[in-house]
Amino acid sequence: MGHTKFAIIVFPGSNCDHDAYYAVTEVLGQEAELVWHKDTDLRGADVVVLPGGFSYGDYLRSGAIARFSPVMKEVAEFANSGGPVLGICNGFQVLLEAGFLPGGMRRNQRLEFICEHVNLRVEQTDTPFTQNASVGQVLRIPIAHGEGNYYASPETIAELETDRRVIFRYTSPDGVVDEAWNVNGSTLAIAGICNEARNVVGLMPHPERACEFAVGSTDGRVILDSVIAALDGVAKAR
Amino acid sequence: MISDATIADHGLTADEYQRVIVILGREPNLTELGIFSVMWSEHCSYKSSRVHLQTLPTEGPRVLQGPGENAGAVDIGDGLAAVFKIESHNHPSFIEPCQGAATGVGGIVRDIFTMGARPIALLNSLRFGSLDDPKTRQIVSGVVAGIAGYGNSIGIPTVGGEMGFDETYAGNPLVNVFCLGVAEADALILGRAEGTGNAVYYVGAKTGRDGIHGATMASAEFDETTEEKRPNVQVGDPFMEKLLLEACLEVMTTDALVGIQDMGAAGLTCSTCEMGSRGGVGIEIDVARVPQRETGMTPYEIMLSESQERMLFIVKQGREAEVEQIFEKWDLHANKIGAVTDDGLLRVRDRGRTVAEIPNRALAEEGPVYNRPTQHPADLDERKVLDLMTLTPSPSAAEVLVQLLASPQIASKRWVYRQYDHMVRTNTIVPAGMGAGVVRIKGTKRALAFSVDGNGRYCSLDPYQGAMLAVAESARNVACAGGMPVGATNCLNFGNPERPEIMWQFARCVEGIGEACRALSIPITGGNVSFYNETDGVAIQPTPVIGVVGVVDDATHTLGRVFRHEGATVVLLGESRAELGGSEYLKLVHQRVAGEPPMLDLEAEHALQQFLVAVIADGLLESAHDCAEGGRAVTLAECCFESEGIGVDVSLSPIDWNDDLSDELRRAATLFGETASCVVVSVAEAQTADLLSRAREAGVPAQVAGRTGGGRFRLSVDGATAFDYPVAEIERAWADGLASYFEGRVA
Repeated sequence: MGHTKFAIIVFPGSNCDHDAYYAVTEVLGQEAELVWHKDTDLRGADVVVLPGGFSYGDYLRSGAIARFSPVMKEVAEFANSGGPVLGICNGFQVLLEAGFLPGGMRRNQRLEFICEHVNLRVEQTDTPFTQNASVGQVLRIPIAHGEGNYYASPETIAELETDRRVIFRYTSPDGVVDEAWNVNGSTLAIAGICNEARNVVGLMPHPERACEFAVGSTDGRVILDSVIAALDGVAKAR
Repeated sequence: MISDATIADHGLTADEYQRVIVILGREPNLTELGIFSVMWSEHCSYKSSRVHLQTLPTEGPRVLQGPGENAGAVDIGDGLAAVFKIESHNHPSFIEPCQGAATGVGGIVRDIFTMGARPIALLNSLRFGSLDDPKTRQIVSGVVAGIAGYGNSIGIPTVGGEMGFDETYAGNPLVNVFCLGVAEADALILGRAEGTGNAVYYVGAKTGRDGIHGATMASAEFDETTEEKRPNVQVGDPFMEKLLLEACLEVMTTDALVGIQDMGAAGLTCSTCEMGSRGGVGIEIDVARVPQRETGMTPYEIMLSESQERMLFIVKQGREAEVEQIFEKWDLHANKIGAVTDDGLLRVRDRGRTVAEIPNRALAEEGPVYNRPTQHPADLDERKVLDLMTLTPSPSAAEVLVQLLASPQIASKRWVYRQYDHMVRTNTIVPAGMGAGVVRIKGTKRALAFSVDGNGRYCSLDPYQGAMLAVAESARNVACAGGMPVGATNCLNFGNPERPEIMWQFARCVEGIGEACRALSIPITGGNVSFYNETDGVAIQPTPVIGVVGVVDDATHTLGRVFRHEGATVVLLGESRAELGGSEYLKLVHQRVAGEPPMLDLEAEHALQQFLVAVIADGLLESAHDCAEGGRAVTLAECCFESEGIGVDVSLSPIDWNDDLSDELRRAATLFGETASCVVVSVAEAQTADLLSRAREAGVPAQVAGRTGGGRFRLSVDGATAFDYPVAEIERAWADGLASYFEGRVA
């Protein structure tokens, strides 16, 4: 396996930056750099991760202010040139606010923050973050958010479905979509989506928190392993 | 000239005011009076508690920092220190539950990172009135949302805690928050000013008029006008705190810093005079240089404001730019507001004009100290009488079990901890709700286990015994996770200390804590006292909450509450005694708070804990769960819950008791009695003999009670079946018991 370099963007209020860094370096043995949001250099990274947390305190709206951070211009260029970008939780919210991905987030249906393991069904495997998974595979990965109730206009939802851009859904342990298992009330139980070019993926659950048995699950590794393998494939093709 | 009414408004007695005059050699002006009043308030001066707290054991081979600093610290090996403390935010949480609880989290987190430690975990200990009262449900929702909102935003996991209910807390909920951090053992930073000419810096949120006299408010009882005190409650900004946390930890990696203290109770006043007093130096500041949120603030208001998320720094002369630069990186502005002097005085100026001048030591160390009168409560002996023969027959044991499991006190707290991010930082290796909090220390093999416990009901019947039981339970919970207890912090919640009966409760509780901590070799490294928890003359149950921290040498060997495999042997460790006094059973089924709380043999407790730590370290056990509220039956049931359906089949021998007692009560005592120093463990069948022989050697009573397996909860006493239920059925009662008060209801 090749050596993949991750850039993990640190916004003021990012909390899961160190968790992503630890998972990538200590658990998966790859290289990573924490990139301060005022920086304008992604330091030659192969993958960009926008981590979870409460960027700018989530004041105004989750992710609404972080999109103006200087580094986001570099992230946009990186994404536009096909570089893989993963937004986790607050990072997903930033991707929505910054227009990388369509739709928005409302407060969880019960209006309460929820932190627990959920069942996440992989819908599509033709993205750099799911290529090692199989369609219908159910991952046990934690969520931790108050505003993860995904919402978009009916037209946008229809487009996402037609283009097979819904990448993850909340399901039962057997992989059945059911309102009882739609933990935050998201439209069509959507937990993660990708952009048209399929290189930018955002999801609410935290794969970086599910990389070791010691913390309860290793199911998140497939997402990070996928992008490592995808980049390895690119490198080999060159 | 200050009028008697003004002095009284500031909560100072005539004697205390005379003392101010002696210290100053003159009458104080209003600003000085305000400064004295907050520093000499009960909350800041510990004037009623100090003589008692001095008796606690505070030293031990691992103690790096005892009481008197922002937090205590113990050596945990690998060159690291655990820095921890518990603090109350009771009064603000009643007046404004969400912000009151949120700022409670903010305050204790600042205490930890000011020591140079990165906060890695939070716990909380909460007490409320009955959930049947809609007002209480509103307070509970608010407090939980406040803790969640703040803790989640700053990225520190709330990994557990405890929650209790009693009518006495209806008008005085308790919100005690414990924070644990980790620092390099040789790089602890103290709240001490030194070096004449060094700069005094202010950083963080601007100063507003919020929280003025918060410390004084926390030093008075509530009455019908209490809700008018809402403006005294501060508002939290967790994002600012997160920036402060990261910026401070970054500044601390330089050696430009001399000392640091957060502005908590009594704000700028407390942080300046305490730092000056600890270093034996003077501090001079100009309030005009303090960033202000509102216009027209007086020196009095600026000095007494309790606006949140503010820190005071002492920076080495000539190193200012370096420090300022780090804060700028985090979009924070550090303001130089004064300097360290050599005259020992707190000198406050306003645009150069001196507006207050008081010796730091007089404020921080020479406040009044009271050895207040104590008196054994007149009705206590009567309350302790428990004649079991007078109890009316209770429902069947099966009904009682379900009732207990569904009671908010015992039911699953998932509705609460699900709202807390208990996983961030990816160190939480025992999931929330599974026992003590356990976080691994990355870069080492170790983990820390910690628990907060207290039982107000036991303390209301016997404060000495109840306090000892709290220490024992907290340490036992840590030991059940494989942690060797190494230090403790306490949060002492009581009524009005000016009442001799309350003071007696306090004195007896402190004696009990001291006795238990000495016997278990657990030093107290700090804590907090919260008096005046009473409304309209009704005090809360005396509630000492003890937080114990333990070291797990091998993080892969930590344990939780639940059974892990079918076919394991279930072993009861500890004695079985006939005890129903102060039990949840008596309260819930017979509506009685009476009798003697369970007895405690500290030597046996110590042996049990040492044994648990040793056998867990050797990988002998599969699970361990302490018997507490609800007794053995509830504990055994809890071992099945969230185990993915592993049942149990156990049989208990009946406890010997008074022959006249009905079979029903004898059975109730066996099933629901809350005998201390009792733990349910499971062990692989092949290792059972080894465990039993090691227990014999250690002098720990151990009895094989049955086996895990099957999907049913089967328990018999003396050969007669007491329960035979599908686990899923009783688990539902337990899982929904608390949540049903909130989900689907309109607050």
